[in-house]
Amino acid sequence: MKVVRSKIAENQAIADKIFRLSVEFEGEINPGQFFMLKTTDNAFLLPRPISVHDNCESRAVFLYRAEGSGTTKISTMKAGDELQLFGPLGNGFDLGKLNGRIAVVGGGIGAAPLLYLTKKLGNNADVYLGFKDCVYTVEEFKKFASNMLITTEDGSYGEKGYVTDYIDYGAYDVVVTCGPEIMMNKIMAECKKNNIACYVSLERRMACGIGACLGCVVMTKNGNKRACKDGPVFFSEELI
Amino acid sequence: MADLKTKVMGVEFKNPVLTASGTFGFGEEYSELYDLSVLGGICSKGLTLNKRDGNTGIRVWETPMGLINSIGLQNPGVDSFIKDELPRMKTYNTAIIANLGGHCEEDYFEGIYKLNDSDVDIIELNISCPNVKSGGMAFGIKASIAYNIVSKIKKICKKPLMVKLSPNAESISEMSIACEEAGADGLSLINTIQAMAIDIRKRRAVFNNTYAGLSGPCVKPIALRMVHEAVKSVKIPVCGLGGIMTAEDAVEFIMAGASLIQIGTANFVKPDIAVDIIKGLTEYMDREGIKNLDEIRGIV
Ligand SMILES: Cc1cc2nc3c(=O)[nH]c(=O)nc-3n(C[C@H](O)[C@H](O)[C@H](O)COP(=O)(O)OP(=O)(O)OC[C@H]3O[C@@H](n4cnc5c(N)ncnc54)[C@H](O)[C@@H]3O)c2cc1C
Ligand SMILES: Cc1cc2nc3c(=O)[nH]c(=O)nc-3n(C[C@H](O)[C@H](O)[C@H](O)COP(=O)(O)O)c2cc1C
Ligand code: FES
Repeated sequence: MKVVRSKIAENQAIADKIFRLSVEFEGEINPGQFFMLKTTDNAFLLPRPISVHDNCESRAVFLYRAEGSGTTKISTMKAGDELQLFGPLGNGFDLGKLNGRIAVVGGGIGAAPLLYLTKKLGNNADVYLGFKDCVYTVEEFKKFASNMLITTEDGSYGEKGYVTDYIDYGAYDVVVTCGPEIMMNKIMAECKKNNIACYVSLERRMACGIGACLGCVVMTKNGNKRACKDGPVFFSEELI
Repeated sequence: MADLKTKVMGVEFKNPVLTASGTFGFGEEYSELYDLSVLGGICSKGLTLNKRDGNTGIRVWETPMGLINSIGLQNPGVDSFIKDELPRMKTYNTAIIANLGGHCEEDYFEGIYKLNDSDVDIIELNISCPNVKSGGMAFGIKASIAYNIVSKIKKICKKPLMVKLSPNAESISEMSIACEEAGADGLSLINTIQAMAIDIRKRRAVFNNTYAGLSGPCVKPIALRMVHEAVKSVKIPVCGLGGIMTAEDAVEFIMAGASLIQIGTANFVKPDIAVDIIKGLTEYMDREGIKNLDEIRGIV
């Protein structure tokens, strides 16, 4: 982990309010890890946690939604501008535990950390992505997924409805998911019912991002855990 | 080159820059980022006699140039601190300040007895945490109540005792005087300011406890005024904090009379910011031809 000022190579809108950002970064990154990003002026106070979407050619790539003041400000930055980033942070996915038949399930911007994971799993995982109406990053996933299924709530692309309704849970040994809480809860419940291992990547409001402030705790069966340092990836059985 | 060394409350500090309680854990996470021996000292996460799990629900919330927190003193308890954290902290080769909070007098006394026999350099008595329902801040509002508890603690405390004041105190100067008369060796201020946020979508307060503590650059002018007021009221040294983000901010606190300063929320903004501030202080002094901070301390 280090704090750096890094040059933006690309920061482009790829869908409504969705941006792909790539910055120069040398170093090892685990899929599922994240960085804390901040503009170098004082436009806002705390850095924003954003997952690593991809990692190649000395670049860390992020996929983010311009949600509120901070990410909207970041979305106005141009190639050549500098960002303050520190990371990579968090545990990331434990690839050693992802064996057998694997389903990777992303909801909306929750797809962000799953591309680099799917890439690392080397065409071994089925990928399910659910979107509200506009889809993004599907072409990137296609390169690494063994099978792909896309849903939109309005049926404008792929299957119509919720992605959780299209998964044949019995066909998998392990499910990995990131997305809205309601979606992840549904998946965890189904996995429990079908006796399948499930790993989820959680979001919590963060201040420090490195484990010191205790602002991001998650209640688990083994006591309070920090989403930033002990997570963001958790084994679903551990969660309460 | 400028000399940043300073002796306060009988303890030698390499420089006056400490990291504030609750914003630096027990140092471990930051030690992966930089060599903590550059620091003047580290204030531990707020300790209580027994382990606490802290508050439920949302714990941190950003405001324009501020942060509201409701951690609720999650900590492993004094015994675990002494056994599991302190030995590692001592290897950082910097002053270690144990920040101690409590619900009731007995909690404080027990905690002090245990810390007396430990390796900590100073005890920072937190009578000002706004994030626990009973006790905590109640001790830090009324000067007479603070006098009472501080004088009892002082009788049993074998370490230098620095009392951390609440900006929510009825009067900062009366509070400062009461703590000095009760025997405090130093003061630190400010702790967070009681604040609130509302989630308009959910139509409810953001925090389960409704009120929580505000810190960060937005509180700096208030903190600076309170430090100035405290310094004018007492003879014991004052450690100033509240919204310090730069070396220039630190100089302001020193000019207001602070002998030491602490960096809190800024650690979240840039985790190695203490290094920048220490370096910036040295550069400022060299530029201005200041040999020792005594030359400018309290000149305002
Ligand atoms: C580990 C982790 C990884 C993430 N990865 C991504 C990603 O890859 N792509 C993406 O688009 N988003 C991601 N998020 C969510 C992203 O951090 C928030 O959308 C963002 O912080 C919102 O900031 P803002 O300034 O736009 O919103 P504001 O509402 O203006 O932010 C105000 C404050 O709330 C915090 N905050 C608000 N929403 C969230 C949230 N959902 N999670 C954490 N803090 C929040 C902000 O950090 C800030 O301190 C991730 C969150 C976490 C915890
Ligand atoms: C997340 C967080 C946790 C804190 N926990 C404690 C604590 O346990 N004990 C304490 O005395 N002060 C605690 N504080 C208060 C800080 O030590 C400091 O007094 C305050 O934040 C003002 O300084 P700042 O504006 O530089 O952050 C905490 C502050 C924050 C932001
Ligand atoms: S964000 Fe500070 S402990 Fe996780």
